Amino acid sequence: MTFPEEKSTVPTVEMRDIVLRFPGVLANDHVNFTLYPGEIHALLGENGAGKSTLMNALMGLYRPESGEIRIHGERVSFNSPKDAIAAGIGMVHQHFMLVENQTVTENILIGLDTPHFALDLKKFDHEISDLAEQFGIHIDPTAKIWQLSVGEQQRVEILKILYRGADILIMDEPTAVLAPQEADELIATLKGMAAQGKSIAFISHKLNEVKQVADKLTVLRRGRVTAERVELHDFTRESLASLMVGREVIFNLHKCEQTPGPEVLRLENVSALNNKNLPALRNVNLSLHEGEILGIAGVAGNGQSELVEVITGLRPCSGQIWLGGKDIANKPPAFSIQQGLAHIPEDRIGVGTAPNLSITSNIIMKRYDQEPVSQKWQLDYVAADDVASGLKTEYDIQAPNVHTQARKLSGGNLQKLILARELSSLPHLIVAMQPTRGLDVGAIEGVQQLLLNQRSQGCAILLVSEDLDELLSLSDRIAVMYEGEVAGVICSEDFDITQIGLMMTGTTSQDLQTQKEKPSASNFDKVLKNLHQAEEPAQAGTTATPELPFESKTQADELPQEGLTSPHDDSYQHLTEKERVLRKVLGDKYKQGDTE
Amino acid sequence: MNWIEILRSGISTGTVLLIAAIGEILTERSGIQNLGVEGMMLVGAMAGFRVAFTTGNVWMGLLAAVAAGGLLSLAHAVVTIHFQADQTVSGLSLTFLGTGLALVLGEGFTGHTAPVIPRASIPLLSQIPYLGQILFTDHNLLVYFGYILVPLVAYYINKTRPGLHLRAVGENPAAADTLGVNIYRTRYIYTFIGGCFAGLAGAAISVAIAPGWYSNLTVSGQGWIAVALVIFAHWNPWRAALGGYLFGILRRFTLDLQGPRVLFGLANPFFFNTNLVFFLQMTPYVLTIIALIWGSSAARKKRIGAPAALGTPYQRGERGL
Repeated sequence: MTFPEEKSTVPTVEMRDIVLRFPGVLANDHVNFTLYPGEIHALLGENGAGKSTLMNALMGLYRPESGEIRIHGERVSFNSPKDAIAAGIGMVHQHFMLVENQTVTENILIGLDTPHFALDLKKFDHEISDLAEQFGIHIDPTAKIWQLSVGEQQRVEILKILYRGADILIMDEPTAVLAPQEADELIATLKGMAAQGKSIAFISHKLNEVKQVADKLTVLRRGRVTAERVELHDFTRESLASLMVGREVIFNLHKCEQTPGPEVLRLENVSALNNKNLPALRNVNLSLHEGEILGIAGVAGNGQSELVEVITGLRPCSGQIWLGGKDIANKPPAFSIQQGLAHIPEDRIGVGTAPNLSITSNIIMKRYDQEPVSQKWQLDYVAADDVASGLKTEYDIQAPNVHTQARKLSGGNLQKLILARELSSLPHLIVAMQPTRGLDVGAIEGVQQLLLNQRSQGCAILLVSEDLDELLSLSDRIAVMYEGEVAGVICSEDFDITQIGLMMTGTTSQDLQTQKEKPSASNFDKVLKNLHQAEEPAQAGTTATPELPFESKTQADELPQEGLTSPHDDSYQHLTEKERVLRKVLGDKYKQGDTE
Repeated sequence: MNWIEILRSGISTGTVLLIAAIGEILTERSGIQNLGVEGMMLVGAMAGFRVAFTTGNVWMGLLAAVAAGGLLSLAHAVVTIHFQADQTVSGLSLTFLGTGLALVLGEGFTGHTAPVIPRASIPLLSQIPYLGQILFTDHNLLVYFGYILVPLVAYYINKTRPGLHLRAVGENPAAADTLGVNIYRTRYIYTFIGGCFAGLAGAAISVAIAPGWYSNLTVSGQGWIAVALVIFAHWNPWRAALGGYLFGILRRFTLDLQGPRVLFGLANPFFFNTNLVFFLQMTPYVLTIIALIWGSSAARKKRIGAPAALGTPYQRGERGL
């Protein structure tokens, strides 16, 4: 498809009929991709659809089997990234390509030809500050990479490209690792760069984000283009999703009505410290019943991960945790597993699996001591493979065979592997932390459906998520956590996204009841105004933000720090910080409400 | 006891460790661990002695030692970089290979004398009281080479472009690769250079510090000490120099303790009971272990330590799809 207004300009990048094959996989099957100056072009697709592969081919990391690449109209053939860099292409990889113990400047200078030998780092520090300023990026060029936040590291990646004078930027899922406010800053930076004439290819599998940032869109599915250079406003979220996944995606899963059964889990006065030995949980009381999903909402870092860890036996705590009539607090995880606990951890690679072991080994990790896998003192690997193949088929884990290493699986398949192991143990209680984060729409639907199936089979589920939509659609009750305490528990019939949002930022449910006028989600300003007024009398540094924005760091250093609270006395800071949290909480809903 | 003499000859002994450790630091900084230092040193010692003996020219001997060490290290490079084999296994086999080669090729040269590296004192500097006598008087030329080598290598690693690329390849090869640094070439080069230094260190024993060829007793485990020294030094040439000289002095000191009948006004226990000497000989190694423990906890705080990619073969697109 070509557009009349584009015929006049030469595309910066033109990829035609690209074919790329990996052993056993056709990663790109005659893919076309065109990029014009000054545009942000989104490349949308599921994990493993071939987006990154295509862009790596453009970067000269992979060589296409056939097809042609033209840069500014001229045909090129890259042998290494060096050629691509020389042609003005730069890529920010999903996993940052930075040397941790080198400075920002050193990282930017890697791979250049001049100066040939001696490096006068001070001179380059200045050059890089100037360049950063030109694009409105704040960074200290003498800082070591490990001292920087993820968002700052990403800026280093962008600077690396800009310093090489690139006019084509490839961003590989850049927001996957960022906090919402950092993502906003990034999108603003990218738009600014596009306005200065740079061409940006933006890889993503997040539909909302693509709608927010991109001018044009190309969709890939299983290595093939399903929509090429289309305008974004022609599409709804649903139609984009079906282009990506190749079938209808159900965004609102059907949840059957059922009455919860007897109590499965009860937490009594549970308190715990975090890794820095500061209080992370304070007198948490919760109860969870058979056939019930209890959602845990909260801004990241308000005690959710510690809550999951104390229940799963990974963190010491005070108080009692009753599971099926036994106190599992401070007991080894094996004991809780015997009581019917299943854990779907947040960190799939570090905690959820042993990445270098096979699918089989990962599957039998919880049942190695049970028949048929366990034969007295040895393991029956034939039986183990049988179990694993059975579950591989049942849970549709896509891998060549059960001997494939876990780390070679895509994010969605890795999560399916964990779910297969955990759910096949027929648990009474599932503790799931961020079970759908980083997955694409198709995989999210699958995971959520599995959880709902468990619910209808009478399993109790504790679901921790930062995705409020997910919590609202799956949970029977939602407990909101704020600074290690349960700020309130809301039943599904009373779900109100604004109320949950306010509780996440530190307004207790009692405070909300005394408030006569209930703020509505569609009136954002009003919410903020109310929030600000409600907070004013309480005041004095009880802000909800566990992380500081970078700009306020210097300012924050001058203020005294007390316990868990972040020092933001300035009322403007206060408001924007609230705003950011609320935007994170309500953002999608708010904008969606606008467009529909 | 002559303290000046102990320190002076300790510096000289330490130079061997220093040269070998600097070579290993360069190799390890590129992400390749070569445990074959002992083997490469032996081959270097043998080649240096044999060539010096047959040609009558000690400089030809040094050249041969450097070439021999470098060539042997290329075996390690091919196996670990090209074929991506396990670096520990390959390094250990290299020690066996080097030892065997050196013993076979050095057969029959024991007891001969070959020309040695000339000695010299530095004018003016040697006049400094104590320090001049220890550092600048009547040393073989390789000791002075060691003095120059340390700052040069430190500058090279930290302040030059090739040094920057070397560090990047050892820390995060994928990052360096995406910026167009040739990982394989870099690793080949520094593995080779490390081998050259190990060969030179071997020759420093056989044609300079303890002249002669005494089969595998020539090097007597100093290659292993050099490997440990790299860890102790946190991959930093300055600390390697410090450790090398310290270790050299300790070795010399424990030797000297066994000599006199009377020590500090008391009967010398090491003179009368030879079994105690074994404990004496342990002390440098025990101190190494203590220094390693102490050093690594300090390093963890400051985030210095082994190059992150040390021992891991690099292959582009490991993560694949």
